[in-house]
Amino acid sequence: MAPLLNGSAQGALLLLAALGLSLTFGQMGVINMAHGEFLMIGAFAAYLVQQVITASNLSIPVALPVAFVVAGLFGLVLEVTIIRWMYRRPLDTLLVTVGVGLILQQAALQIFPSQGVPVEKPRWLDGQLTILGYNWPLRQVFTILLATVCVAALSAWLKYTSFGRRIRATVHNRDLAETTGISTRSIDRLTFFVGSGLAGVAGVAASLIGGTNSQMGAQYIIPAFLVVAAGGIGQLKGTVIAAWAVGVALSFFAYWTTGSLAQVLAFILVIVFLQLRPQGLFTVRTRSLA
Amino acid sequence: MTKPRTTGLKPWISLSGIGVFAVLLLAVAPLVLTDHWLNNLGKYCCWAIAAVGIGLAWGRGGMLVMGQGVFFALGAYSMAMHLTLETAGDRIPGFMVLYDPLAPLPMFWEPFRSAGFTLLAIVLLPVVVAGALGYALFKRRVKGAYFAILTQALAVALAVLISSTIRETGGDTGLSDFKYFFGFVLNDPANRQMVYLIAAALLIVCLLAVWQFYRSRFGELLVATRDAEERVRFLGYDPANIKLVAFIVSALMASIGGALFVPIVGIITPAEIGAAASIFMIAGVALGGRASLFGPALGAMAVGWGQSSLGSTWPDGWTYVLGLLFIVVILFLPNGLSSLPARLAAARRKPDVPPTPAIAAAELEEARS
Repeated sequence: MAPLLNGSAQGALLLLAALGLSLTFGQMGVINMAHGEFLMIGAFAAYLVQQVITASNLSIPVALPVAFVVAGLFGLVLEVTIIRWMYRRPLDTLLVTVGVGLILQQAALQIFPSQGVPVEKPRWLDGQLTILGYNWPLRQVFTILLATVCVAALSAWLKYTSFGRRIRATVHNRDLAETTGISTRSIDRLTFFVGSGLAGVAGVAASLIGGTNSQMGAQYIIPAFLVVAAGGIGQLKGTVIAAWAVGVALSFFAYWTTGSLAQVLAFILVIVFLQLRPQGLFTVRTRSLA
Repeated sequence: MTKPRTTGLKPWISLSGIGVFAVLLLAVAPLVLTDHWLNNLGKYCCWAIAAVGIGLAWGRGGMLVMGQGVFFALGAYSMAMHLTLETAGDRIPGFMVLYDPLAPLPMFWEPFRSAGFTLLAIVLLPVVVAGALGYALFKRRVKGAYFAILTQALAVALAVLISSTIRETGGDTGLSDFKYFFGFVLNDPANRQMVYLIAAALLIVCLLAVWQFYRSRFGELLVATRDAEERVRFLGYDPANIKLVAFIVSALMASIGGALFVPIVGIITPAEIGAAASIFMIAGVALGGRASLFGPALGAMAVGWGQSSLGSTWPDGWTYVLGLLFIVVILFLPNGLSSLPARLAAARRKPDVPPTPAIAAAELEEARS
């Protein structure tokens, strides 16, 4: 039971990291390797908020929207300056954003102490919640709740608001969307802002669980990409299930073996899964050849 | 992206270019460079060998191989295990004794006592691994970003695995302190020069191999697969097989580069093969020109030189330079420095029309595929 909860929390964190990717990669087809660094920016934003609002009980709720906006703005700048030129060159986008990630990492390493910064956990996350006779650490419950809220908000936003409708229209048929008067360029920018902002939220959650340092983004990016790929491109429910499955698998492997071996095994599991279902868990049926 | 059919040069010009390069590396460099710089040049040659393979797979084949560190590691660790055992003689390697004085030699180390087996492993391991992996991926038509992410994931996984198996592989400290190289004392400058010459000669061999590949029917098919995979399939070829061959060859080259890296640099650690190292190998290829013959090798040497000069005096700045290099080169010069003369010439011919239309057309093709 313990690995199951642990894994669910780990999966929730992974889901938060992958959620923004499923938007930018899944909906827009942009492979943003700097997404992990946006997560790192969110974590550092949480730290900076704590320098202003010293009461940790209050600072984390404030940090969540701040991190969203800060990471989102970084994403917006990236989209406007670089990615807009590269929509037809997906593989090259990948390499360019690798370069952006390197620069952001190095900048964080020089601005903040190299060993990382402490993000204080709020006191209301210290306790445990007893459900069905098991003690659930509140920190993990919080991560799961946060992920649930983010997924619900994102899917509702995509489904019910006019912004969401325009995003979906642009994804389905860019030319037709443009003909109906949608400014696809501003939709691109908006999508990228939200996707990157979600990475910032994930960063706050990550800062409460692990360390906050310049390398933290790098450890999330590949698993997050694998989760999006395994879930199926542009499929929110696929991403949710894949993230949870990978989290639980990681946790069980770690329970049976060691932490690093668990990582290797989880990677291999996803790769084997992609062998069986190269299009991911859920697929959109198209007539395209690819 | 412009897609030259060949390097743009006539084959015999390229061939004489390789000849000049060979003379420079094999005859001139040992005469003019100090031992220290010759050793560094040997290190760059190792990266260049891997880069030539990346150029084949990525530049010509369109497969962004972001996990060449895996194959680099296969060659490097095969070689390192042999050299460690050679240094240890009949005893258990020193680092193992450190953790557990009575530990037996792990099973998979035992065959690496034999020099022949080691050389065979350096060649066969990457072929088998890349063959199995490539077969599985290409037959399932995994391509583009998926392929890139999966290969990168493998590099991460292998680096984590090696880091965590400190008793068997030396973990993060890696394998080092090699005294002998197939019977030769590694401290002897003459022997070090010999190792350098082997690396340089193998780089030339790899260049000759891709030169022949590029002008062969296979090279044409590979470029065709990169540019219009479906059309190649409809013409009756299996793109998976074509890509598989290129992927295996590139893996083999990475392994050879890794194997020679070990005696030249004297240490191999997971940091040399992980995600960052795999990306570092791509940097040079992107800089030099992914689809050109000399671009990957020269680019890798330039980036290697940058790392060992700028990277040691000003490590913080070097990371910025590397990051900017990716952004600037990919954004403005996707075919690397080797495409610069052609673009300048095109710009001079038609000063009012920038040389973008042809590029845009080629990109559109890629976006459609």
